[in-house]
Amino acid sequence: MSNADLANLSDKLMLTTVVMYIVALVAYAADLGFGRRSAAVAEERAEAKVLVGAAGAETVETVDKAEASADAGPAASDDAGAERQSVDWARLAVVLNVLGWASHLGILVTRGLAEHRWPWGNMYEFMTALSFAAVTAFMIVALRYKARFLGAFVMAAVVIALGIDNIWLYDSAGPVSPALNSYWIAIHVTAAIIATGSFTVAGAATILYLLKARAETSEAGVGGGMLSRVPSAADLDRLSMRVTMFAFPIWTAAIIMGAIWADEAWGRYWGWDPKEVWSFVTWIVYAAYLHARATAGWRGRKAAILSLIGFGCLLFNFFGVNYMFSGMHSYA
Amino acid sequence: MSDIDIKDDETGTQAPAARQAPEEVPRPRGLGPLGWLRWGWRQLTTMRTALILLFLVALGAVPGSALPQRGQAPEKVAAYLSDHKTLGPFFDKLSLFDVFSAPWFAAIYILLFVSLAGCVVPRAVKHYQSMRARPPAAPRNLGRLPQSVSYETDDAPEDVLAEARRVLRGRRFRVDVSGGAASAEKGYLGETGNLVFHLALLGLLFALGAGNMFGYRGSVLITEGKTFANSLGQYDEFTPGRLFKDGDLAPFTISLDDFKAKYELEGDKRGQATAFDAWIHYRDKPSGKDTKYDLRINHPLKVGGTKVYLLGHGYAPKFTVKDAKGNVAFQDTVPFLAMEPRNLTSEGVIKVPDAEPDQLAFYAILWPTAVASPDGKQIVSAFPGALRPVITLSSFKGDLGLDSGTPQSVYKLEGIGKTLQPIKGGEKLLEPGETFKLPGGAGSITFDGMAEYATLSVNHDPGRIPALIAAVLAVLGVATSFLVRRRRVWVRAGAGKGGRTVVEVGGLTLGNPTSEFDDIVAALRGPDAPGPAEPEKAEPDEPEPETAGPREAGREQAGSGEDGTEPQQNGSEAEPGADRGSGSATEPKE
Repeated sequence: MSNADLANLSDKLMLTTVVMYIVALVAYAADLGFGRRSAAVAEERAEAKVLVGAAGAETVETVDKAEASADAGPAASDDAGAERQSVDWARLAVVLNVLGWASHLGILVTRGLAEHRWPWGNMYEFMTALSFAAVTAFMIVALRYKARFLGAFVMAAVVIALGIDNIWLYDSAGPVSPALNSYWIAIHVTAAIIATGSFTVAGAATILYLLKARAETSEAGVGGGMLSRVPSAADLDRLSMRVTMFAFPIWTAAIIMGAIWADEAWGRYWGWDPKEVWSFVTWIVYAAYLHARATAGWRGRKAAILSLIGFGCLLFNFFGVNYMFSGMHSYA
Repeated sequence: MSDIDIKDDETGTQAPAARQAPEEVPRPRGLGPLGWLRWGWRQLTTMRTALILLFLVALGAVPGSALPQRGQAPEKVAAYLSDHKTLGPFFDKLSLFDVFSAPWFAAIYILLFVSLAGCVVPRAVKHYQSMRARPPAAPRNLGRLPQSVSYETDDAPEDVLAEARRVLRGRRFRVDVSGGAASAEKGYLGETGNLVFHLALLGLLFALGAGNMFGYRGSVLITEGKTFANSLGQYDEFTPGRLFKDGDLAPFTISLDDFKAKYELEGDKRGQATAFDAWIHYRDKPSGKDTKYDLRINHPLKVGGTKVYLLGHGYAPKFTVKDAKGNVAFQDTVPFLAMEPRNLTSEGVIKVPDAEPDQLAFYAILWPTAVASPDGKQIVSAFPGALRPVITLSSFKGDLGLDSGTPQSVYKLEGIGKTLQPIKGGEKLLEPGETFKLPGGAGSITFDGMAEYATLSVNHDPGRIPALIAAVLAVLGVATSFLVRRRRVWVRAGAGKGGRTVVEVGGLTLGNPTSEFDDIVAALRGPDAPGPAEPEKAEPDEPEPETAGPREAGREQAGSGEDGTEPQQNGSEAEPGADRGSGSATEPKE
């Protein structure tokens, strides 16, 4: 295939990926919303059927039953719905997630092949890679910590990110500027991508934590439908902490390798370029979060807010710095 | 890394006693100056203060990214000041255009590092002592530790303890057997890594400072065919460190032979630069040998203890100017500055002070690839490469003002309309090789051809390598502190009923229990152990994070463990903190 064909294929795969992620998002949300409940209801209903069957001609019982279901009202119609489509939302979500992930990988591979370089040389490619890292991080976390409940949130973030990517950031395949033509792009940018993807998953867990923590304190554990399927606030808090602890050293390394590259390319390893400033600010906030969690007794809500501030800085570092300030990292 | 079980409570970023409970520092009353000083010092070295300072550094850095900075873009600072007549000077007073060398910024980070040093150094000493001290003696009731097992065996107590010593030694624990119990401890690397991280940050700051003090950086423009000798006078811009001395300049020379820029020729990325190569030759000292080098972006030259970087490039058209008398008054290349980065339309001035009787000057615009604009009224450049260079000239004569003593920019004409008068009919469009005879016999100018120039940056920073080492140590340190946790195991053996020996094993891991303990117990009991003996408490091997139950249980037990099972006689253990008590037990004191 020629380079143009490959680039074309890459763009087509992008569409495929987004569609799959959207379906996965809906499926994850459905799983979260009424996955377990519908399963439970379906069971109950099956039991009821047996009962009704056993009752046979005993009309009194049947009438009772009918009355009961009339009383139940919406629950009954729920029953019908659950029976009609006994869809395993979770499985659907996971399958589409994995397929979308493979297609996403395809975007990057074809793009890289079309350009004969690492496919993160401009904002469009960087964002694509970033979302890929976020999905990958989510899949690892989901597998290792059974954190499937994060799916809806991570998918939502990724779909939004890819939407922005395609609508505003799209750039056709081409060579990079000489400044980016270095093997350091494989090291520095990859580390930044991995760290950012992981921080995104940590951020999703933190937001969920805040919601869940509020639900837990307000109404003795009976949160909304979605939150009831989510693990306890303490577990969410711990999950986001773990993912942050994974991402933080990588982020540190990304900054340091960026400094080494800056020393090679620009003649100074630290020059307070806006990107450097905001990477540093992000690093500090996450460092403060880790310290706060570990030592200062800032658990729970306070620490979670710190973590979200860190994530906000990270996002600003990506969007704000590239589009609002001019600096040496302006590749927009 | 993902297979390491990291528990939230123990991140390895544990702080020492002083940082654990800043609220408990008592406010001195009538303590006298020394007391106040001590109180201040303790306040400064608390974790809360460090966190606040850390935040202030982050906050202080923000204006440095939002406002133009003198260090990076002095021209933008000047523009900002002229655009914002009221706000600008006010910002300037607050050093907001030099944030990173501002006194208030320095104050924050110096305080932060004093706070850090005040915490980390005593902690390092303490850590060293605890590494050499004996493992803490066994608590009275091992059953109340987060992990505990008890079983009976036929072996004599001494044999059990000897076996425990062997097993634990084999697992690289430090073991101490006394008073009918074995104490073992392991995992000092976590705290070591943590300390290394903090000390490395201090080192990084020193390296940064040293680089700024002793180093220098300068930028210089060389046109093809010209040579640059490393001396102060040759630099266009030079920023020395505070302790820099003239003699520090290494006596190397660099000549630019050829500069080549490659551009994308087709597709929608047409005109995008793909490569810049500055072919140079250099000598590390005047008597040295010529060495050729391909200087590129991302491929600097190391010479004479400095690094030389390719920063930018531009066009330097060559002109020959004859004056009214017909003498060649000027013949040289003239560097032009790009007016727009995309297609490199550039401007420049030619100053001819040697022309007689009047000095001559020209303002010129260069279009590297000249085409008519879409409306056909103007010339524009369609490509950054010099495919069809065209120059338009405006001519002036009079006094250039070069003798007035005030330094002039080589890119700008001074005194137009005052000392320097435009020549009527002195505008002309030239292609390479063409000559323009000035009206009124004032002379002539020939556009001889195109050359290119490269701008180089010469940097000397002795702090580079130390900074790199410190940074690498910091990453290794923080990773280690996240991965390794301190573990303690105690084994007590005593005579039980019927001549059998009762063995109690207790484990305390910073953070949540791990399966290591069970492995140790299994090894102690030997292969003939009848399955997993009834442990006193059902302990999860490695609680999955998504199941809340076991973890909560672990917490509770850890809590009770701390209350009841303080070791009987161990000095360091009794200290409030020093991250000795189980971390899980250190519940927030909110």
